[in-house]
Amino acid sequence: MCGIAGIVKRPSVAVEKPLLQRMIGMVNHRGPDAVGFHLSGSVGLAHARLSIIDVGGGHQPMHNEDKTVWITFNGEIFNYVELREDLIKKGHRFQTQSDTEVIVHLYEEKGEECVHDLNGQWAFAIWDSRRERLFLSRDRLGVRPLFYAQTPEGFVFGSEIKSLLVVPSVPRAIDRQALDELFTFWVTLPPRTIFEGVSELPPGHSIILEHGDLQVKPYWTLDYNPSKGLMQEEEAREGLLELLLDAVRIRLRADVPVGAYLSGGLDSTVIAALVKKLGTTHLKTFSIAFEDKEFDESSFQNEASQFLGTDHQGVICSSQDIGRAFPEVIWHTEKPVLRTAPAPLFLLSKLVREQGYKVVLTGEGSDEILGGYDIFKEAKIRRFWAKYPDSKFRPVLLRRLYPYMKNIQSQSDAYLRAFFHVRKEDVESPFFSHLPRWDMTSKLKVFYSKATADSLKSCDAMQTIEGLLPSRYGQWDHFSQSQYLEAAHLLPGYILSSQGDRMAMAHSIEGRFPFLDYRVVEFASRLSPQLKMKVLNEKYLLKAAIGDMIPRSIRNRHKQPYRAPDSQSFLAGGKAGKLFEYVEELLAPRAIQEGGMFDAGAVGKLLEKARQGQIVSMKDNMALVGVLSTQVVIDRFITNFPRSV
Amino acid sequence: MSSIETELRKYILDKLLFGRTEVALSGDASFLESGIIDSTGVLELVSFLEEQFQVKVEDEDLIPANLDSINAIVRYVEKKRK
Repeated sequence: MCGIAGIVKRPSVAVEKPLLQRMIGMVNHRGPDAVGFHLSGSVGLAHARLSIIDVGGGHQPMHNEDKTVWITFNGEIFNYVELREDLIKKGHRFQTQSDTEVIVHLYEEKGEECVHDLNGQWAFAIWDSRRERLFLSRDRLGVRPLFYAQTPEGFVFGSEIKSLLVVPSVPRAIDRQALDELFTFWVTLPPRTIFEGVSELPPGHSIILEHGDLQVKPYWTLDYNPSKGLMQEEEAREGLLELLLDAVRIRLRADVPVGAYLSGGLDSTVIAALVKKLGTTHLKTFSIAFEDKEFDESSFQNEASQFLGTDHQGVICSSQDIGRAFPEVIWHTEKPVLRTAPAPLFLLSKLVREQGYKVVLTGEGSDEILGGYDIFKEAKIRRFWAKYPDSKFRPVLLRRLYPYMKNIQSQSDAYLRAFFHVRKEDVESPFFSHLPRWDMTSKLKVFYSKATADSLKSCDAMQTIEGLLPSRYGQWDHFSQSQYLEAAHLLPGYILSSQGDRMAMAHSIEGRFPFLDYRVVEFASRLSPQLKMKVLNEKYLLKAAIGDMIPRSIRNRHKQPYRAPDSQSFLAGGKAGKLFEYVEELLAPRAIQEGGMFDAGAVGKLLEKARQGQIVSMKDNMALVGVLSTQVVIDRFITNFPRSV
Repeated sequence: MSSIETELRKYILDKLLFGRTEVALSGDASFLESGIIDSTGVLELVSFLEEQFQVKVEDEDLIPANLDSINAIVRYVEKKRK
């Protein structure tokens, strides 16, 4: 796990090393163990290393036997052992024991098609000097980030946007269309990022830059085909368990100790249980506990730890810890967020680092791949009800939704029916499952300034996302469609980035995600939706497959998604009346006017409500976090951007 | 306009619409349908009614017919005060 950066200038224009040093210096947190460069005429590659595999020998950028192919690589190739053996049989000579070198030789063997053989999480750049060709690739699901920009000076890329923003010709300005996407879907839609002129390579895509010609090409995409290879439950259960065990086994490959997150939920407990089943005697686990009982899951964490016999350590997070850390969190997310939930994960990775660990396994991806989210359940109930809108019985099922949210559970049946009411036109929408979420999020646009609203008059975020749907989308069943929307957008754009890679790498921690092994993902895509969510029992097959390997109470508990306190986190002293100073400064009328994105009057009223501790609804909480994080982005990346760190 | 309606409109404009007057607010417009409140915002509205108009909103009164538009709330508060 590491950070990468690079430049390809016009032919005959030499790369200046100081600029490359500044670029990689911005992501020192991703790789504090070593820095390396490869400069050759108009090409420069840089690497910040977090050494995990072949600690002594895996320095980068790395080259092939005759130094014609160079790589800078962030990530892990978990099947590198098997790939290496094959390549040696084919005559390749290896200088190191690292997974990085495997990619180099595989590229020599197969060119850009090499990515199909890789099982892992990666963002890499290969400079092929014989063909004068730059090849960049990002893993299938978007675990590792990769950004790029085309500037008058040339092509620049990096693991994080901040590396690109030190390049003088890369603009530092907010892209309002991206803001509008974020204030609809919670994420920007790649290649767009929140910064004008900076693009994100979408998951499962590669870039080829050859003689000034840039091509962005998909090499893998999510697909759903439950009828193909239709599996009976027993076969599916055994198949899933076998694959998950292997996904965990190869993710334990490291030359440093590997720990695990233990949230108290099903997924992370399953992963920890599989680690133990594979024979690991000592497993260190880490978790976050909240002072606020509404969010706290520590009793389940302790139960899981005791049951599995792990060496467990937790960090207790208060609302104020979140408020204090928030600006630094946004420096790492590099985009606005609508929830504070990344902040506790930032504090958790700090704990892990302090304990001397660099690698953790986590349960991310299970909800998307195996059908765990409430949004899937909500869509199922709404569609079931919409068939007979006058039914008195069907809407009673709405009580089964969001059992952990007291604001919803305290509502009368009449209100629940009104909230989840299905409009006639929604039933035919390709976005049926996500319309309530996106509609509600769009209400935050009431805070836009006139300039923002005017600039967006001809933009339609819904049209943009519709244009990105794969051609086969219409052939998938409704459950698969909603799974796709989560796995293609929220997963890489928020869960794996703002809550994942960025929070872990802020403290030089690598996350590994067995549920996102592409073999597990492809296997799950062939499962019938009924095996994923049996009636309203989420992740049914996973629970059946894991059986008594985890405590029954965790297997049977209501799913509680990971959440954290929002608006109350910004109250200084934890009491109504006073907000953290930076919140007052960034949301003051002058700062709002200078930022240009929002209306100072409207934000002033939101600020007053926050100050008085009167923010209750989900919409207002998201508005405060969304507006504030946008202002932090403007402050840290535009107004006060450091030229170097 | 009754004083209840005046106070209510002021509250909605200030606290729920954040002063954005371009959002038209007719007496019968549904708060839920127009997105003025979301599934978690009803409790905030109830707190305001209880404090401002000195009424107790009983659990069985927590239904859209009483609380989902300006006209509905005015009718409800007037009835409660009698």
